[in-house]
Amino acid sequence: MSIEIRNITKQFGNFNALNNVSVEVPSGELVALLGPSGCGKTTLLRIIAGLENSDRGSILFHGEEATDRDVRERQVGFVFQHYALFRHMTVFENVAFGLRVRPKKTRPTEAEIHRRVHELLNLVQLDWLADRYPPQLSGGQRQRIALARALAVEPKVLLLDEPFGALDAKVRKDLRRWLRRLHDELHITSVFVTHDQEEALEVADRIVVMNQGNVEQIGTPQDVYDHPASPFVYKFLGNVNLFHSRVHAGRAQIGDIEVALEGHQDTEDSPASAYVRPHDIDIQKTRGEQPAFEAVISYVHSLGPLVRLELQRADHTDIVEAELTREKFKELAVGEGDTVFVSPKNVRVFLDQTA
Amino acid sequence: MTQVITANHPPLRKRKQKNVLPGFNLSLGYTILYLSLIVLIPLSAAFIKTTELSFAEFWETVTTPRVVASYQLTFGASLIGAGINAVFGLLTAWVLVRYSFPGKKIVDALVDLPFALPTAVAGIALTAIFAGNGWLGSWLEPLGIKVAFTPLGVVVALTFIGLPFVVRTVQPVLEDLEAEAEEAAASLGANRWQTFSRVILPALYPALLTGFALAFARAVGEYGSVIFIAGNMPMVSEITPLIIITKLEQYDYAGATAVAVVMLVISFALLLAINGLQWWSSRRNGSAR
Repeated sequence: MSIEIRNITKQFGNFNALNNVSVEVPSGELVALLGPSGCGKTTLLRIIAGLENSDRGSILFHGEEATDRDVRERQVGFVFQHYALFRHMTVFENVAFGLRVRPKKTRPTEAEIHRRVHELLNLVQLDWLADRYPPQLSGGQRQRIALARALAVEPKVLLLDEPFGALDAKVRKDLRRWLRRLHDELHITSVFVTHDQEEALEVADRIVVMNQGNVEQIGTPQDVYDHPASPFVYKFLGNVNLFHSRVHAGRAQIGDIEVALEGHQDTEDSPASAYVRPHDIDIQKTRGEQPAFEAVISYVHSLGPLVRLELQRADHTDIVEAELTREKFKELAVGEGDTVFVSPKNVRVFLDQTA
Repeated sequence: MTQVITANHPPLRKRKQKNVLPGFNLSLGYTILYLSLIVLIPLSAAFIKTTELSFAEFWETVTTPRVVASYQLTFGASLIGAGINAVFGLLTAWVLVRYSFPGKKIVDALVDLPFALPTAVAGIALTAIFAGNGWLGSWLEPLGIKVAFTPLGVVVALTFIGLPFVVRTVQPVLEDLEAEAEEAAASLGANRWQTFSRVILPALYPALLTGFALAFARAVGEYGSVIFIAGNMPMVSEITPLIIITKLEQYDYAGATAVAVVMLVISFALLLAINGLQWWSSRRNGSAR
């Protein structure tokens, strides 16, 4: 079932939580709402679920107006960051809850409930925990039970609020891959909230990057990473080097390097920022043909397969960060204190917002 | 040839687990000493005093119809009073935690008033209100409901003095209850009643039981407020504590302690049963492992 979010606005007192947000989630997709804390992503998710009301705008499920539909009637499965399992019920009863509270007419028989619950527990690979109570489980197990419980009511939409936020790094990685596989099996339209860009890039079909109540960019993980639409998206997704420069007649100047800036041929001497990913920084021991600036290696950090260099520009106080493969670094045979020539590739220039 | 090497390991000794705050022995010793001085020794004195009576005398004293009627009234009215408090105390706690309204602080303070008031004052005030010519009594008596000087009056007095217990035990638990569990229940399709009865209430049971037990225990021992409103008619509205006092005034110390011992045993058995219920419900909560 597709979800359409149209011009949703929400205020808490004087605080604008959401500013005219519109997003479309096509049927069967796994979409990530990504942004720093306080950007409104959880509020948006809760509005989709019906746990929160928007001030303006509407929510459509499968093209049908659902803005005023009660959370009970929306047929959404909601998974909370802190699991929200019922502590006084066994794992089995937790998963069975959604079936047992149905009105008599549509309530499945006891045998049917039994079959369904065990089917779901098998799906989350925790059938052996059916008789335990939630406090006896680990965080990862609890979240999988919470997911099974949400799936028990056969929701049309699955909403997950920072589902792995409270788990440690290793469990988190395992669980998000598992979620991806589960989604590939079930194909249920899902929206999950996260502040972890790696998680969003790895799991989602599509990413909605949010900041301060606004949608900054919507696109596939590849798209959002390779072609960020705004300086915010650049900074938020992965590490990035920022060069302050000025744009003059469609060209931005970074030290000795000039970068063409499409569509700004008429701009005269306007301040701008240029962004380059650390792995797009090319390093040479001698000045080659490509334009480059001189820098001194101030630190070398070894990060497993990668080597991260901190470079002090000779013509500027800025520090530039570069990431190389271990092999490339060995080939270069440089160390701290050596002078190298740096040439950035794939530079994106954004004109600074004039206040 | 293989050479056998016998390593000279020191015998494995389990290291004692160190607590951040040591002093288990000291604090347990103090607890037992304190409980002995304050609770056990005075109570055992009652038992010892009772042994002055032969068993036949003892049995006769504690099974006189008038005394048996007083047990029924005391424990019956206490249970009813604690039950009423469990329901309305929960309601009061709910209102105080979930809603904000002007004067909330005042309502919150009012709850504790039955604690602070001398019980005799409470008794006199209740009697004045519920007597045939009182504010409420004058309305109820034409309807055939007599409160003052009847067992119903005893229930009213015991309800009054037990109110704070349930409110104050349930309130903090209700405050800590995560709203997410309720939202989860709603998203799974539970209606409001189902969310309350299946999700919220089970989480409150242990606290509710504690409040009930405290209110009950307080009611069983209550004397001051009851004797004014009860009318103290033998066989009808006479509570056991009053019987004990009456016996004391007649210098029948052994008889008084005999009745006291029976009261003690029944109270202890009932409180033990409530504790057992609590243990069972907290086991079901999965908190005890």
